[in-house]
Amino acid sequence: MAERKFGWGSRKDNALIGKDIQRIDGVVKCSGKAKYTADFATPGTLIARLLTCKHAHAKLSALDLAIVEKMPGVKAWHQFKEIGAEIKWDGELIAAVAAERADQAEDAIKALEKVVKYEVLEHFVDEADKAGAEAAKRLQKLGRNARSEANKDDVDAGVKKAFADAKVVHKGTYGIVTISHMCLEPHGTHAEWKGDDLDIHMSTQAVSTTPAQFAEGLEIEMSNVTVTADYEGGGFGSKFAAEEWGLATAKMAKQAGKPVRLMLDRATELKVAGTRPSGFAEISIGAAADGTIVAWDSVHWGTAGIAGGGVDVTKLPYVFDFPNRISQQYGLMCNTGPNKAWRAPPHPQLCALTMTAMDDVAAKLGMDSYDLFLKNLSAVTNGREAVYADQMRIAAKEIDWKAKWHKHGDTKGPVKRGLGMALHTWGGGAGACKCTVKIHPDGSVESFVGSQDIGTGTRTVISIVLAETFGLPITGVKVNLGSSKYPASAPSGGSITVGGVSGAHRRAAQTALWQIFDKVQVKYGLESTDGLNAKDGSILNGGDKVCTWKEACSLLGKMPLEVEGTGPKDDKLTSAVVGGVQMADVSVDTETGIVRVHKFVSVQDCGLIIDELTARSQVTGALTMGIAYSLSEERIMDNKTGRYINSDLQNYKLPRIGDIGELVAIMYQPDSEYNRGVIGLGEPPVISPGACLSNAVANAIGVRVPVIPLTPKRVLDALKGARA
Amino acid sequence: MINFEYAQPRTEAEAVEFLQSHGGQTAVLAGGTDLFNLLRSDLIAPKRVVDIKRIDSLKGIQQVSDGLLIGAATTLDEILASPLLSPYHSLRQIADAHHSMQIQAMGTVGGDLCHLPNCWYFRNGYGLLGTVNGESLAADGRNQFHAIFGNRGPAMFVSASRFAPALIAWGAKVRLVGPAPDQVELMPLEYFYVNPKTDKQSVTVLQPGQFVTHVWLPAVEPTSPVEQLSAAYEVLQLEGLDWPLASAAVTLGVSAGIVREAQVVLGHVAPTPWVSLDAATVLMGREVTVELAESAAEAAVAHATPLSENDYKVSIARAAVKRAILKAVDMLNV
Ligand SMILES: Cc1cc2nc3c(=O)[nH]c(=O)nc-3n(C[C@H](O)[C@H](O)[C@H](O)COP(=O)(O)OP(=O)(O)OC[C@H]3O[C@@H](n4cnc5c(N)ncnc54)[C@H](O)[C@@H]3O)c2cc1C
Repeated sequence: MAERKFGWGSRKDNALIGKDIQRIDGVVKCSGKAKYTADFATPGTLIARLLTCKHAHAKLSALDLAIVEKMPGVKAWHQFKEIGAEIKWDGELIAAVAAERADQAEDAIKALEKVVKYEVLEHFVDEADKAGAEAAKRLQKLGRNARSEANKDDVDAGVKKAFADAKVVHKGTYGIVTISHMCLEPHGTHAEWKGDDLDIHMSTQAVSTTPAQFAEGLEIEMSNVTVTADYEGGGFGSKFAAEEWGLATAKMAKQAGKPVRLMLDRATELKVAGTRPSGFAEISIGAAADGTIVAWDSVHWGTAGIAGGGVDVTKLPYVFDFPNRISQQYGLMCNTGPNKAWRAPPHPQLCALTMTAMDDVAAKLGMDSYDLFLKNLSAVTNGREAVYADQMRIAAKEIDWKAKWHKHGDTKGPVKRGLGMALHTWGGGAGACKCTVKIHPDGSVESFVGSQDIGTGTRTVISIVLAETFGLPITGVKVNLGSSKYPASAPSGGSITVGGVSGAHRRAAQTALWQIFDKVQVKYGLESTDGLNAKDGSILNGGDKVCTWKEACSLLGKMPLEVEGTGPKDDKLTSAVVGGVQMADVSVDTETGIVRVHKFVSVQDCGLIIDELTARSQVTGALTMGIAYSLSEERIMDNKTGRYINSDLQNYKLPRIGDIGELVAIMYQPDSEYNRGVIGLGEPPVISPGACLSNAVANAIGVRVPVIPLTPKRVLDALKGARA
Repeated sequence: MINFEYAQPRTEAEAVEFLQSHGGQTAVLAGGTDLFNLLRSDLIAPKRVVDIKRIDSLKGIQQVSDGLLIGAATTLDEILASPLLSPYHSLRQIADAHHSMQIQAMGTVGGDLCHLPNCWYFRNGYGLLGTVNGESLAADGRNQFHAIFGNRGPAMFVSASRFAPALIAWGAKVRLVGPAPDQVELMPLEYFYVNPKTDKQSVTVLQPGQFVTHVWLPAVEPTSPVEQLSAAYEVLQLEGLDWPLASAAVTLGVSAGIVREAQVVLGHVAPTPWVSLDAATVLMGREVTVELAESAAEAAVAHATPLSENDYKVSIARAAVKRAILKAVDMLNV
């Protein structure tokens, strides 16, 4: 018998893998049958509401929850902050009340609002104001990262010399402001006690790891906790934890002896459920006459909230590394909500800072931006130089770069058109995953995995892998996920889920199939199993039908066959590291400052693609999200009151369908990519939009709009500045 | 939201009666698309909410001897669908520019005209004037969406109504009833708006117990030698539901290519709709060209007084005026 090896089949033989397959849960989601956390209302469920602080920095000086105890309908309450506790940002949770009806909980919160007292302290919220932060003693000097090929012993002198020798030196200021997590489905929890056991329904990226957090926070055993997440409206890095409001929900459920549901309202969601840190930078770049970048010097600052921090200095410049460089980071400790990993952290900011500055070098040299990026590909740090070149060629063809590109600012009329590009990288290696695949004697198939479908299509992808392996239609397999009682799997973050679950399921499924083949061999007196294959509901031997899938499974006897799959393993089913190139065609109305996206092209690799349709959906979703943070989405802090002044969906501006233009998602999958196995895709395509759109705007108007998002105000201010 | 009584009158007189009680601590409910936001965030706390959608006389558009009467409870969809309004291009353009089926189905003309400001200081609980210790937060705060005219204070917000500039440019009047049961008033819409000087005042002249029943529009004579042209240009950052950064509405009476009558009104630039006589004067007696529209636009913003963060709105307002003028004569091509 030939050695049995895990692997993906030959590309041409795939019935499902790599095809356009609709999400298997699309209909239940669109028809409202899918239940999200906010839909959970087991009998007697109490509704909780929150008291939040309206000061950016204060001490809680008075609050007595006793006043709500006698209020109608109120069954439980929770105080997040003790008297004397320091409150560090607008929106911090102070107390919660659970009542039979929402309006009763609201009345109780209103009563608390009348009695709560704070001692207001000095705040600092201006994330871009480095000098102000220094004066207010809110500035951290963080890491410095430097190297010089010109002078390895004295790096500073080497970098200085590289600048002195450079043909052109460009100096610019850049920035990308803080945005908040804005999942369609806000954070929230439904908690119900059954004796000592706690049932949690919550929107989470981590069903397998959150029970431990509940157990620790509630001082109960981990085995008592079940976390379930059936359907989720996005996570994007903000939903890994039990969270203080989740623990409070469980505590109130215990106090009341009834289930409790607490969802964050949108303003609170924007204020406390996580932000993407800002980055502002002064960047100098030295380049040779042919556009080869020889030197980089940057100072950047920003904030991840009260902890300071910001964008990791060790990754700047991004994707590229230059022979001589210095980067220095500062953090601003602001009275603003905390950072939480935001889709591809912190690559969108790194990309925005690096590639806008690089593009300005092209402008300064009068070079086509395309040529400048191409010229510098030898400096990429992920070994994907050739892939980028190929992706650039494909993207350029799609957007008609050669015909449409013009020198920066070289168009007439009030509405100007321009092209821009950027490129990115991401890891996306498979995460830890364990699953059980169960084949019943009647031929039905199910699997169990403690992973979750955060909206990315994980259920669908697993179904495809199982159905492909067993030669079944996609409806012939049933995937069970989203419970902490299933075999433990890694949280869904870092684009590691698709590799994790597809590798583990393929291994389990192939192992199970081989066992079935062995039984078929005996039953049908075959010489070997080498020619056996499962296809179209049958077991084939070198193309000839031996028996049906059901007949084969009936050989299992009375007991289902259960096989465990694990991963990741070094067996080529999965791999890591992707590239990706994006190009945009925009127009800028120089009288109103409004930027419109005409066409936005993404060429993205991610190894072997299991479902082309959901893969493209990830890309178009990422481009849409990218357009949001590039053109309109931002957190606006009010310096005077210290408050998050636009924490509502009227002023926290997100694009609608009319704002996104034509999105083109080209999946880059030559055989060389297919053969690498599965790699994650969720994050990479959201990285480039900031730089790409900013570069397109700069090409259109001939002026860099330094800070993203490129709102009408920033565009018009930049144009006015350039005229002055 | 605090509990309130709910009343559903069938006639204007009943509505006035319902609105008068509780010392006038009552609110009119039309489409409710903003009223519920105000209630839920406790920005208003009426003892009674009076739903005017069941009053037949407030619904729809009817012809009267000297023009049209638009009922205050007429929805944006009805504005779009009414053949009677087809000569009034600017009004339809505004209803259309809402770009939101939900708001077009629910939102009403009266609700738009009486919409409280969207100023984020007001909406976050700092009062209509947006102050702390009597000091305006917007004056040198986050004022990027605030006023560039009429902003010497204390009010810095911009008037929210999207229809008011176009209606004023058409010479519309509002019909108010109350607070006395048989008190009826018809006033030019321009005078309906107030730039409040104290926090006791509101954004309109409406007294407690008084409400808008109709908007009157002068007739457009199709056979008149002076052709009535109009247009509105709203600068919207987003294609979906959004508030204009600035807008302009114009009506022009044109005969033999020469402007004989002109009204230019800006929106979202001042605490009230902002009539620009300067811009209108530039247009009078002239033939509309791109250059003339630019001069009128320049005149419209010449005396703007932008705040610390909203200089860019001057450029936007200028563009809105220029484009509204060109759009009215069908010369706009951006
Ligand atoms: C989530 C959301 C976002 C929105 N965003 C936008 C946006 O971005 N851009 C935009 O243009 N619109 C927006 N709107 C819509 C806006 O609220 C409506 O377009 C419309 O102006 C309100 O009409 P209404 O009939 O629903 O008013 P209501 O909410 O019923 O009333 C508005 C105000 O007018 C008063 N009022 C109503 N009728 C009368 C009357 N006849 N006499 C006296 N007072 C009266 C009410 O008491 C209330 O104070 C939004 C609405 C929602 C729900």
